[in-house]
Amino acid sequence: MELRIDQNAVAGARSLAAAIVDPIVDFVAGHSTLSVERAVTRLCGVDGVDGEGVPLPNRLVDALARPGLGVARALGAALAETGRSPQQVAEAVAAGEPLPDPERTPEGALRAALRSHVDAGLARIDAARGTRDAMLARLPQDEPPLLYVIVASGNIYEDRTAAVAAAEAGAQIIAVIRSTAQSLLDYVPYGATTEGFGGTYATQENFRIMRAALDEISERLGRYVMLTNYASGLCMPEIAATAALERLDMLLNDSMYGILFRDINMQRTFVDQHFSRQLNARSGIVINTGEDNYLTTADAVEQAPAVLASQFVNEAFARRAGLPDAQMGLGDAYEIDPDLRDGFLLQVAQAQLARQIFPNAPLKYMPPTKHMTGNIFKGHLIDAMFNLTSVMTHQTIHLCGMLTEAIHTPFLGDRALALENARYVMNTARSFGDEIEIKPGGRIEQRAHEVLSGAVHILSGVAQRGLMNAIEDGTFADVRRPRDGGRGYDGVFVKEAAYWNPFADALGGVTVRA
Amino acid sequence: MVRPYGDTHDDGAVQLSFTLPIAWSEAADEAARQLAVKMGLTEVSVVEGRAIAAGFSFFVVYARTPAAIEVSTIRAPSAADAPLSMEQVDDLIAKRVGRKLKVAGACIGTDAHTVGIDAILNMKGYKGDYGLERYQGFEVFNLGSQISVEDLVRFARERDVDAILASQVVTQKGSDIANFTALAELLEAENVRERLLLIAGGPRVTNLLAAELGYDAGFGRGTLPSDVATFIARRLSDAASRR
Repeated sequence: MELRIDQNAVAGARSLAAAIVDPIVDFVAGHSTLSVERAVTRLCGVDGVDGEGVPLPNRLVDALARPGLGVARALGAALAETGRSPQQVAEAVAAGEPLPDPERTPEGALRAALRSHVDAGLARIDAARGTRDAMLARLPQDEPPLLYVIVASGNIYEDRTAAVAAAEAGAQIIAVIRSTAQSLLDYVPYGATTEGFGGTYATQENFRIMRAALDEISERLGRYVMLTNYASGLCMPEIAATAALERLDMLLNDSMYGILFRDINMQRTFVDQHFSRQLNARSGIVINTGEDNYLTTADAVEQAPAVLASQFVNEAFARRAGLPDAQMGLGDAYEIDPDLRDGFLLQVAQAQLARQIFPNAPLKYMPPTKHMTGNIFKGHLIDAMFNLTSVMTHQTIHLCGMLTEAIHTPFLGDRALALENARYVMNTARSFGDEIEIKPGGRIEQRAHEVLSGAVHILSGVAQRGLMNAIEDGTFADVRRPRDGGRGYDGVFVKEAAYWNPFADALGGVTVRA
Repeated sequence: MVRPYGDTHDDGAVQLSFTLPIAWSEAADEAARQLAVKMGLTEVSVVEGRAIAAGFSFFVVYARTPAAIEVSTIRAPSAADAPLSMEQVDDLIAKRVGRKLKVAGACIGTDAHTVGIDAILNMKGYKGDYGLERYQGFEVFNLGSQISVEDLVRFARERDVDAILASQVVTQKGSDIANFTALAELLEAENVRERLLLIAGGPRVTNLLAAELGYDAGFGRGTLPSDVATFIARRLSDAASRR
C-alpha cells in the first residue's frame, strides 16, 4: 500500500521546518537553565535530599553566585580546592557552606578535577545503552507495532504488579504515567513513592524498581520489555539524565507540548529540550512526541495538517540535538469523530502519509480518547479499528486503547482485554496493508494531499513570522503564550563567555551559536 | 417495581466482569461463581474464566438479581432540561439581564485534562454545538488547567464573575470530590458563594452529586455547551427579574 505523494512538497516542508528551528537552536546555544545545570550535577553523581526533602541538585545549583558560568565550573573549583567528591560538595552546600569563587581556581585545574566524574557519568550512560543493546540482541522484541500500555496507580509497587501482568498479556512497552502535578514541580521528587494523582511520581528510585521488575519478566518471557516515562515539564533535562542512568528506553518529549498545554515558558522549554534530546541521543532513548494533544483539544479532521507540521518541527529539532531518525517516535492519534462517514479513510490517509514521509522513524500511534464514552462495548470496537489502521500502515509504537478510557485509569483486566484486542486484529490482518493498493486519486490519496499541503501552508506561515512570534500569536492549538510568560522563565539565563557544560560538549548535536 | 430485562419481563438478567488475583483453575471459576452468589445474584453462570497473567484470572458472569427498584420515588432532576438555542439564550440574557454574563471556567487542583471545559467554553464547541465564547451574552474566561482553588476564587472576586464552571476529569482516589469541596468551602468562607452560580462538570459528575456538594448544578458526560448556557441564562435571568 503506497500513497503517491508530492516529494517536492515534502522537501519543501523539511526546509521550512529547518528555517523555523534554526533561529531557536541558535537562541538555545546562548542560554542555559537551572534544570540543565541540575542535570549536570546528577550526571556527576549528585543525588539525595537535604533534611527538608529538597534535592541536593537544587541546593547546589541554587547556591551558584553566577549561574551563567555553569555549575560545572563551580563544582570543579570546589573539587580542586577541597578534594571532595561532587556528592560531598553538595552535602556541604546543603549544610550551609558557601561554594568557593570559581575565579580563584585556574581553568585547567577545575576542569581536571571534574574530569573523572564527567567521564564516569558518560560511562554509566554508555553502559546502560550497552546493556540494552545486548538484551535486545539476546531477547528480541516481537515485530512492530510494539504494544504499549500505561500503568498509573500512584503506587510504584502496584504499578510493578500491573506492569508485569501487562507484559505477560503481551505488552512490549510499559509507560508509568506521572502524577498530574509533576510537570510543574521545579525539582525531581526523591525515593520510592506510593502516593500520586492520576499517576506515579517519576523518581530515580521508581525508575530502578520498575526497570528491575521488567528485566526479570523480560528474561522470563524471552523478549525485552521496554520502559517509558516523561521528559517534560520543568525538570525535563533531569528526567532525561536520570532515565539515561537507569536505562529507560523511551521518553515522552515534545518540542512545544509544555509551552502550549502546561504554560511552561517557551525559552525554558526550548533550552531544556535541546539538552534533554542530546542526552537521549547518547543514551539510545527513543523520544515520543506529543502531536496527539492537538487532536484531543480540537477537531481532529481540521487539525490533521497541524499534526504533520508539528512532526516536521519535532524532526528538525531532534536532528539538531543529534538524534537519529531511529530514535524519533513522532506522534499521531486516532481521534476522528466515530460518527463521521468514512472517518476511517481519513485516519488511514494520515497514518500512511506519516509512515511514508518519515520512513525510518518509529512512529508513535495514540489511541482514541476524545470520543470514548462509558459505552465500553462501542469503545472496544473503536479501538479495534484503531488497531487495524496501525497494523495496515506499519506504525511502530502502538499505545493500546482501553475500553474504559473515559472511565478510570486502567484496571488490570482492562489492559488484558486491550492487549487481546490488539493482538487479535494485528494477527488476523498482519499483511493486509501489504496486499492492497490505494486507488490513485481516490479519497484516501486526496486526503493525504490535503493534509500535506495544509502542513506546508502552516509551516510557511510560521517560518515567516518566527516560531516564538507564532506561539505568541496563538498559531498552535489556539493557545497564546508570551515569550517571557509562563512557568519557569526565571530559571532561564544567558551563558557567560566562560560558561562550561562538559556534558553538552561531549554530546552530539548543535552546542554553539551558528 | 422494575428489574433488569434480559429477554423476558422481570427476569433480572445482569452481566458483570471482574478480575481475581488468583491463578486460573476450575476452582477459580467456582470462586467467581460463589462471589456472585454472595453479591445476592442467582442462577449464576461463569461464561468465561481464564488466566490473563501469572496469578490473575478474568471472568465474565451472567446471573439474575432478585433486587427491584421503585422508580417513581426517585428524584434526580437533570440540570439540562429543555435547552434553548444560542440565539434564544442571547435573547434571554439581553432582555432580562441587560448585560453580558461573566463566566469563568477552570480545571481545578492538579487536573490537567481540559477536554471537558474546552468543549463547553471554546468557540468551536462540541458536536456542532457552539461553545460559550461564541455567545453574545457571555464574557468567557477560560483559565485552563491546574488552577488552584485559591486562584480561581481570587479571579472570581476580582472580575466579579456571575458563574464559575469547575471541571474535574481525573477522579483517582477521590481527588475530584476533594477539589470540588475545597472550592465550595472557600467561596463560602470568602462570602462570595451567594453572589454567583457554581457549576461542576466532568464525565463522572451528576447533578445529584453536585447538589450534595453545594453546587447549583452538575453536568456530566454528553453535556452540550447549550445545556450549560441555558442553565446559566435561565437561573440568572430569573434572579435578575426578582431584584
